Amino acid sequence: MFWNLPLIAVVALTIIALATIVFKKNLIKVFLGIVILESAVNLFLISLGYREGGIAPIYTNAPSSAMVLPTPQALTLTSIVIGVATSALLLSFAIIIWKKYGSIDIEMIRRLKE
Amino acid sequence: MIPQFIVENSPALMVIVPLVAAFITPFIGRISSGIRSIWVGGAMAVTSAITLILAFDVYSAGTRLYVFGARAASAAIPPDSGGIPIRIIFEVDPMSALMLVITAISGFAIILYSLSSERSHTGLESYYTLFLLMITGILGMVSTGDIFNFFVFLEILSLASAGLIAYRIDGGVAVEAALKYFVLSTIGALAILVAIGIYYGEYNALNMAMIASRMQFSLLDQVALVLIIAALAMKCGAVPMHFWTPDAYSMAPSSITALLVVASQASLYGLFRIVFSLYSVTLNAVMVGWLIIILGVLSMVVGVTMAIPQKNVKRLMAYHAVSQTGYMLLGVGVGLAVLGNQPLLDAFGYLAMEGGIFHIINHAMYKGLLFLTAGAIFLRVGTYNLNKMGGLGHSMKWTMVFFIIGALAIAGIPPFNGFASKLMIYESVFMFNPVLAVIAMVVSILTLASFVKVFHSIFMGPKLPEFADVKEAPLAMLLGMGILALVVVLFGLFPGIVVENLITPAAHALVDQGAYISTVLGGA
Amino acid sequence: MRMSKIVRTGANLLYPFILIFGLYVIMHGHLTPGGGFQGGAVVATAAALVIVAYSYDEVAGMLKKTAMKARESIGLLLFIGAGIAALVVGAPFFYNFLANSGLLFGMPVIPGPNPGDLNTAGVIPIMNIAVGIEVWGGLAIILLYMLSGIRKEES
Repeated sequence: MFWNLPLIAVVALTIIALATIVFKKNLIKVFLGIVILESAVNLFLISLGYREGGIAPIYTNAPSSAMVLPTPQALTLTSIVIGVATSALLLSFAIIIWKKYGSIDIEMIRRLKE
Repeated sequence: MIPQFIVENSPALMVIVPLVAAFITPFIGRISSGIRSIWVGGAMAVTSAITLILAFDVYSAGTRLYVFGARAASAAIPPDSGGIPIRIIFEVDPMSALMLVITAISGFAIILYSLSSERSHTGLESYYTLFLLMITGILGMVSTGDIFNFFVFLEILSLASAGLIAYRIDGGVAVEAALKYFVLSTIGALAILVAIGIYYGEYNALNMAMIASRMQFSLLDQVALVLIIAALAMKCGAVPMHFWTPDAYSMAPSSITALLVVASQASLYGLFRIVFSLYSVTLNAVMVGWLIIILGVLSMVVGVTMAIPQKNVKRLMAYHAVSQTGYMLLGVGVGLAVLGNQPLLDAFGYLAMEGGIFHIINHAMYKGLLFLTAGAIFLRVGTYNLNKMGGLGHSMKWTMVFFIIGALAIAGIPPFNGFASKLMIYESVFMFNPVLAVIAMVVSILTLASFVKVFHSIFMGPKLPEFADVKEAPLAMLLGMGILALVVVLFGLFPGIVVENLITPAAHALVDQGAYISTVLGGA
Repeated sequence: MRMSKIVRTGANLLYPFILIFGLYVIMHGHLTPGGGFQGGAVVATAAALVIVAYSYDEVAGMLKKTAMKARESIGLLLFIGAGIAALVVGAPFFYNFLANSGLLFGMPVIPGPNPGDLNTAGVIPIMNIAVGIEVWGGLAIILLYMLSGIRKEES
């Protein structure tokens, strides 16, 4: 049961994130939904590498006992780095939209169709 | 003739060269814009040359393996790793090589074109940096053999493309299109990341060959497959998730649109690679095959019907791009549906796949050409609106010729390349299911009708007074378009040679999962 | 938008320490948790602190956009350069040719629990430094550009 808690958290975060992305009208809140979704995926990756009783994978501690897997941590780190770039780009889009449209309500961002 | 060093390290060099060039470009741009043009063009030429050398090597000498960070480039499995390939691996088989050829030709043609078409714009150092990053992303995506690495290159590609779509802010409208594209592709990329997590949790490996050799097709694998198909079908603009395509394609600068076509083909490649090389016969081939066929047919029909009423020439072409993607999905989907059934595969499965794959390269060439002609017209006329144009055939003769070549190729008229690949798709799909073949032909006729209309409203008619001083497009742009047009014509005139030497090895490489695995893992 | 004197003095005091801590994380990336990106992000928070505490015009004098851009490019080129150096040695890209070579960062790694030797791990520390420089420049430039965008909006 305790084992599954991270995965339950992943599912909860995913649902919250998708609901935010779909239902919120404010562009920044939609972006926050994407960031939450990223966190959910990162938590999923990290929890994959967990081994019961394992310690942090640091070579100089060189334990004889189990370590948690380092690979998912590397993946998560990469994903975080990409997430930073993603959020930065999304936020700069929001800044430009705010400047040009005077609003960040997604109902107002509908000039393309015309 | 070519130094051994370059041939040996070409998989790494083709990624290094554009990456390094991308980040030196801002410094060069500070000296002068002329030197920057030479620098960027040169860098792209070198990249294309290395890529073509690699592709040639793969076609003549077989699949190439390049292991990053190992002592030797072919040492996929480190001796102390317990038989698991832990390093990042580039695995370039004929299918990847085909995509490399597409990227090399289109990339070079497009950079020639944009050196001239973007000259009058500001902020060019970021433009070329992002352009080269896009090339890096595409080349990496199509050659990597590591699924997480695939995700990383996919993200490099999406970030760079989103930046470039928004590049001409255009009163915020371009940013809106980029926003749509980028939100969707970020969510798609996260879905792929979840799938990668599932594979890692299940099989303790990130190497595609390793995952493939351990593939069980359990319930979790099915979830992962659904996530990946959804994400990559969205990225290549297949129908239920196609709505970003017309916006992004029409708002991006024309040269970038042409490159976005190549980028969407790279996503398509990723889809095929994962379905065929990762899952292959373990999956329920008929069901997944039909899923892809239905995606394809929907794309074809919806794309072309949406295209016909469009007034904006680039939006129209973008809908046609959706429609043409349908042909590739149809062809390869038919191949997938009969996978594991050798007699049917021999009877028409391979032919269908070859048709679909041939259509990938053809589409990249003629659709790129069409978008470039649209850009050339916009440069001289200043509008994409079909109703406002007319009579340009008098002043822009070369552009008109290139447009005709592209339009006839997309409509599948002999002797252009679209005909060759569509004929292969018709023939084989007819044996699989006649209804699908009929739909494909009807879509082709509608495509022709649509392009006749476009041609008429842009080029025909009397010379309009407001366009009296319109000149032909600049030479560099014509050169860029000319390269693509030449490929379109050559592939159309000699389809047999192309199919035999480029397409058939690619289709067989895609089907032959055992070879893909044994290249990395050895033996087996 | 200038903060009070207390905040500014606090920022002045903290700035070198954050910088040192970030550089420590970068330097020890191959021994302890952390590394180029984490250290770079810490260093960039120093820039964020200054940006929050001072007005844009003052910050623009302290943190130059061009210098940050240069850091971004130089970091990346150093990273790839470390990879290309392996090609020169005759091994594939990114091969760790410095490890156990006795040269820079080239000492063999001591097995078992120990405090860690900084002079190990070959090109990995070099790449950490490169990434650290790049992330420093990259994040700082993102902050600077976003801030300059907002300022124009206000005026």
